[in-house]
Amino acid sequence: MNPETQASFMKWRYFRQSVFFGIVRLAALLITVALLGIIVFLFINGFRAVTWGFLTLPPTDSMTKGGIMPAIIGTFYLTVGAIAVAMPLGVVSAIYLAEYARQGRFIRLIRVGVNCLAGVPSVVFGLFGLGFFVVFLKFGSSILAGSLTLGILILPTIIGSAEEALKAVPQTFREASLALGVSKWRTISRIVLPSALPGILTGAILGVGRAAGETAPIMFTAAAFFTAVLPKSIFDEVMALPYHIYVLATAGTRIEQTRPLQYGTALVLIALVLGIDLIAIIIRSSVRRKKRW
Amino acid sequence: MFQTANTKSTLTRHLREIIIRKLFAFFAVISVLLLALIVLFLFRQGIPLFEEISVTQFLFGSAWYPTYNPPEYGIWPLIVGSLIVTVFACLIAVPFGLLSAVYISEIAPSRIKEILKSVIELLAGLPSVVLGFFGMVIVAPWMQEFFDLPTGLNIVNASFMLAIMAIPTISSISEDALYAVPREFKEASYALGATKYETIVKVAIPAALSGISTAVILGMARAIGETMVVLMVAGGAAALPRSIFDSVRPMPASIAAEMGEAPFQSGHYHALFATGIVLFLITLAFNLIADYLSNRFKEEGSGTL
Repeated sequence: MNPETQASFMKWRYFRQSVFFGIVRLAALLITVALLGIIVFLFINGFRAVTWGFLTLPPTDSMTKGGIMPAIIGTFYLTVGAIAVAMPLGVVSAIYLAEYARQGRFIRLIRVGVNCLAGVPSVVFGLFGLGFFVVFLKFGSSILAGSLTLGILILPTIIGSAEEALKAVPQTFREASLALGVSKWRTISRIVLPSALPGILTGAILGVGRAAGETAPIMFTAAAFFTAVLPKSIFDEVMALPYHIYVLATAGTRIEQTRPLQYGTALVLIALVLGIDLIAIIIRSSVRRKKRW
Repeated sequence: MFQTANTKSTLTRHLREIIIRKLFAFFAVISVLLLALIVLFLFRQGIPLFEEISVTQFLFGSAWYPTYNPPEYGIWPLIVGSLIVTVFACLIAVPFGLLSAVYISEIAPSRIKEILKSVIELLAGLPSVVLGFFGMVIVAPWMQEFFDLPTGLNIVNASFMLAIMAIPTISSISEDALYAVPREFKEASYALGATKYETIVKVAIPAALSGISTAVILGMARAIGETMVVLMVAGGAAALPRSIFDSVRPMPASIAAEMGEAPFQSGHYHALFATGIVLFLITLAFNLIADYLSNRFKEEGSGTL
């Protein structure tokens, strides 16, 4: 190859590179724009609807006026219930997988099971919740059935993040404790768990965000179109923010008229869920920065 | 005396350790048991349908008229609807997911990298009902006007919204795969005089290919199982589409829309559970393939050179 063609070949190679980098940057930019676009758009259309009354009053005039207070309360109950189910179960499973399990068929089975559970479509969780909790266990459409269904839905997320947090604790911590004659369980409960706690909590917070935003699993297990009174027990149906958006946007005869309410509810839900996620992200990055090991 | 007390305490301590271990193992198995319960209850409620019609009639029947008399329970149009929106969503989500992963793991400065990772995580956290709502009230009217269509609730719109849901999955898993490519691979490539572009395209991506395939498959699984978006945006027509601007009724949409009206233990009720079985089996297959690929992928690395 003579020097001239070689030089132009080099030019071509670098040209190709800059075109590729341009495309890559554009893709990353478009993704960011999509996220911001959706948020900004909902904000612009929704913020006028979100008043104090909107947040604290129940819907009135067959859901064409008033607020969304029962839906906020309902989502709160369902989410708390879900995390109460998933957190203990998930953390214990993660401790077993990260600390006790050795390679083998049994562990392989559990891992495949958790992965497959994570992949089950949300509407199938809804069907399962209907068939098992609502009908078979006779819980009816209730906070209890919805929380259990959502709890199972977020279980794999909790297990995954807790296991990752446990694995990030340096092996030397465990060795130091075991070398002092401390038993395995004490090592885990006194040394490993406290070190992994911020990571585990981050995972739990992300799980809360996920549970708060899900619609399909609660459609047949917990969510009510409209309730006149707030739930009195865990066997009552509740309104929930995601389902409320769906109902307002698709059912009824005055869809156009209730548009501001729909935007307002969507804005409240998105602020809630993304706020929760953002808290988790901030906690995680600050923990990473402060890490002493 | 001292000796026995000591042995005894060692024994109880030992016993306690064993009990804790077994107890934790039991809790860990609960996930598997739950999966089994899901299968059991889907089949329990879905199988009775096949006393009325055959599996072939159900899967390949082209008419879904569950409320007619006599009813018809052919879910072929629903399966086609699901597959079409999933494939189109992936056509959009795979390039965007993969390119953003390349950007994050290979090109971006560390500050932008952190921001973009957060953006993708927030995108993953967007509630699907909000995306469905967005597609319904913003994208649909715009699309209807711009392309002069009878409805903006169609395959293209649903695919776009589904792509937004699948991008974070594809991006974050691909990024992990690219990150796991040993540095030596890239260094060797640079040492041979390759440009960064050549190193990414000819070394990093091929080395991460099984991880990237896992990412794509999990992204597809996410898209095919997604409910609210297709329920609100796909239009809901249970017929075979003839153009990409036609409405479809993917399986999850059909289940979610009709479950509330289907009389308990009726043929319709069982048919919806049977549709759930089909959907579950498809996503299960995707997940098992992804699991298999990612396990093979773990064994790769500089050791296999």
